[in-house]
Amino acid sequence: MIRFEQVSVTYGDAAAPAVQGIDLTVPEGELCLLVGPSGVGKSTVLNAVCGLVPHFTGGTLRGRVTVDGRDTRTHKPRELADVVGTVGQDPLSHFVTDTVEDELAYGMESLGLAPDVMRRRVEETLDLLGLADLRDRAIATLSGGQMQRVAIGSVLTTHPKVLVLDEPTSALDPAAAEEVLAVLQRLVHDLGTTVLLAEHRLERVVQYADQVILLPSPGTAPLMGDPADIMAVSPVHPPVVALGRLAGWSPLPLSVRDARRKAGPLRERLAGVTPGAATRPEPGADADGAGAGGGGRARGGSGMAPGQVASGPPVVVSGLGVRRGRVDALHGVDLTVRPGETLALMGRNGAGKSTLLTTLVGMHEPSSGTVRVGGTAPHRTSPRTLLKHVGLVPQEPRDLLYSDTVAAECTAADHDADAPAGTCRALVTRLLPDVPDSVHPRDLSEGQRLALALAVVLTARPPLLLLDEPTRGLDYAAKARLIDVLRSLAAEGHAIILATHDVELAAELSDRVVILADGEIVADGPTGEVVVSSPSFAPQVSKVLAPLPWLTVPQVARALEATP
Amino acid sequence: MSAPQATRSNALHAGAWWLWALGLAAAASRTTNPLLLGLLVAVAGYVVAARRTDAPWARSYGAFVRLGLLVIAIRLVFAFVLGSPVPGTHTLLTLPEVPLPDWAKGVRIGGRVTAEGMLFALYDGLKLATLLICVGAANALANPARLLKSLPGALYEAGVAVVVAMTFAPNLVADVQRLRAARRLRGRPDRGFKALLQVGLPVLEGALERSVALAASMDARGYGRTAQVPPAVRHTTSALTLGGLLGVCAGTYGLLSDAGGGYGLPLLLAGLAAALGGLWLGGRRSVRTRYRPERWGLRACLVAASGIAVAALMIWANAYAPAALHPSAVPLTAPDLPLWPAASVLLGLLPAFVAPVPGVTGNAGGLQRRAEGPRGEGVGPVAGARPSSRPSSRPFKKEPTQ
Repeated sequence: MIRFEQVSVTYGDAAAPAVQGIDLTVPEGELCLLVGPSGVGKSTVLNAVCGLVPHFTGGTLRGRVTVDGRDTRTHKPRELADVVGTVGQDPLSHFVTDTVEDELAYGMESLGLAPDVMRRRVEETLDLLGLADLRDRAIATLSGGQMQRVAIGSVLTTHPKVLVLDEPTSALDPAAAEEVLAVLQRLVHDLGTTVLLAEHRLERVVQYADQVILLPSPGTAPLMGDPADIMAVSPVHPPVVALGRLAGWSPLPLSVRDARRKAGPLRERLAGVTPGAATRPEPGADADGAGAGGGGRARGGSGMAPGQVASGPPVVVSGLGVRRGRVDALHGVDLTVRPGETLALMGRNGAGKSTLLTTLVGMHEPSSGTVRVGGTAPHRTSPRTLLKHVGLVPQEPRDLLYSDTVAAECTAADHDADAPAGTCRALVTRLLPDVPDSVHPRDLSEGQRLALALAVVLTARPPLLLLDEPTRGLDYAAKARLIDVLRSLAAEGHAIILATHDVELAAELSDRVVILADGEIVADGPTGEVVVSSPSFAPQVSKVLAPLPWLTVPQVARALEATP
Repeated sequence: MSAPQATRSNALHAGAWWLWALGLAAAASRTTNPLLLGLLVAVAGYVVAARRTDAPWARSYGAFVRLGLLVIAIRLVFAFVLGSPVPGTHTLLTLPEVPLPDWAKGVRIGGRVTAEGMLFALYDGLKLATLLICVGAANALANPARLLKSLPGALYEAGVAVVVAMTFAPNLVADVQRLRAARRLRGRPDRGFKALLQVGLPVLEGALERSVALAASMDARGYGRTAQVPPAVRHTTSALTLGGLLGVCAGTYGLLSDAGGGYGLPLLLAGLAAALGGLWLGGRRSVRTRYRPERWGLRACLVAASGIAVAALMIWANAYAPAALHPSAVPLTAPDLPLWPAASVLLGLLPAFVAPVPGVTGNAGGLQRRAEGPRGEGVGPVAGARPSSRPSSRPFKKEPTQ
């Protein structure tokens, strides 16, 4: 269905090709997953399928790409619109019209389908994606998951033979992601649609893939093959594969179900060991070397870091209610975080996680209850003072960066925080050892930009650090670096609150998990207890080794080393 | 016949709302009586209050009302400072007059401010403000994008450009709000003009990136696909359009000049017909079809007719009661409310009873939600995020693509 013949793509003034040596065929009706670290050209490959590379982006494409027999050299993207449906990373920039129903119809209107066909397909797609309740809504008022489903629906209505998706589940909560994947699965199985998708969160998708294409590093030829074979060599892999590699299972399990079947001996071996005794209560200690020296940090201890003025809990929230427009975004929220504690805030899209974080930095006035951040009410505190108490890294770290070089950004951050010159630069060097001063923040990779924003926020040394969805768009390597950094910060006494959909991140990093639903706290407790009992928030390792209380691969690895 | 709940099938044609609003606006342009103008504003406001949805575009009404007030204020300030050509005897106060050189004769800054001059300016400003408010009402009641969908096929691309520009503006506002909020996170003040200025560049960068991404997405979704048209038809289209436009120009010239009274009108009409023919033929190049176009039904007729009736009756009232419609500023007189013209303005209330009632769609707070983050991670109704109904077992058949 999709055929690449000796394809290489070179952009405008780049010295080396972005991708090269691609020679593969994706057969009809397969769900094909494109994996690889950030910046290896996954998006380039996807856009070559729909013809946007090179017709829209410029650059030189050598070789030949054919889709359903049509050569992308001679067919412009618009002439491929009836065979390829494309959804980019940001659904917001995908929408042409302003209501859901019109958006679903837009592609069909462009193709000139008959009105009765359009009407029928819109109704079918509304049902297929569960959008019927939203049909008259203005797109601007939808939540992230809803937008993603509308974006997929809008390309499905033209019944393309090939569907190309760039990170379709990154922004979604686990349940919504499963729903989107179920839809894709159904398209592949029932309709014979060929799906090509790139995704960083492999734990969500790899078990559905028929084929995996691995781009191991920039400029190297891709490997294509059976998911289990590719995962055995891939530098990016989900925890279940890591566990399989660790235990030496062959063939590698890709799903929790396969892994459970093979995990019998491992469970027996681990039955006598409690992860808590060895590793779990001190997440600071299982960072590779980060907190190993002093055995992590003391529980609930204050004043751990030199120069840290952590007197009393950094956040006390009681009976908090926040109203946004006519919606009660939060009500009756009680939360206290101790210094050095890492708390993961989970819940579906729209549950009020972001609202809680932004309330803690004073962007919303509580309609009831009180918020005390470092003893002050955030919405009545000037930003300059608040900076010393709390720092938030927003969902889009770029929003925090205004300057045109990293050096200028650091100088500005020192000035904003009244910190001695060079404070921010020292933090950047610690978080990002190899970033030169002269780079524009826009040219950094997703993970580097996050680290820069984190350094900027940390310049004021806030005792409370908030991160909103920090792992969106990060590959596994960048995520591991982030985890190390956050662990050492927690060891220094920073309290950290993460709002995240990433259950693996929460399992690795947090001491405590709070689950929000409809603006209320529905679960609050130690990570092990809360996530293990929840089907959608449990990490893969815990699902594989249940009922044993193991959460992460490093925990298991250490336990196995200790008990040979 | 009480009005039904609005759904997409019985939605009122956007053109009907615009005709109604333009009718009110035409009536407003025919009078300077502040009482009648106030009545027109009240009628428009009542209908908007009764029939607008809670979609984002429906909020533009408030903006237009504020714009109208601004127009009145500007008109009054100008009359106050620059004086007024209207002669008057009731001097309110005398400003010091700025001496101007000879070449600026006829321009005056400062000097006598008369009650007559100010009143005249107020009436004039009020008329303009009413026009604006009528346009605002149409904007709030009819989705502008729907109106553009009714354009002929050949003008479709221009319509899309306008729609994209219109969705662009709210996105820009949301970006500004988000980035100003982000300034707070850097410990900088998030209010004030300077804050706005400093987020300007990032906002523009973001806007540019988004428009490039949108263009890519539109291209990939088939925007701009054209049908093969025989060369003969293409040439006829060009000839008709060009010839038609020339005819319109020449005809207009003929109508306006003294000499060509005879041939002006026919030439204009012929030119217009040719240009329309060209548009129609040009539409054949576009392969587009329309999804659920709004139908022009009985209710649309009633709404449009009520607006047209208000305009027609006001024009007629100019014939039988010109004095009441234009209360004189010189000499000062208190305006009175002429009974019949006022009654005819009330006809404009008809849409508040016959147009379908918009349902509650739960859109409240939509813009704020959008402002929170680019991914719209917000406080959406949960039913939407996780629909309780599984995808139905309805077959999702493949039809042959035409």
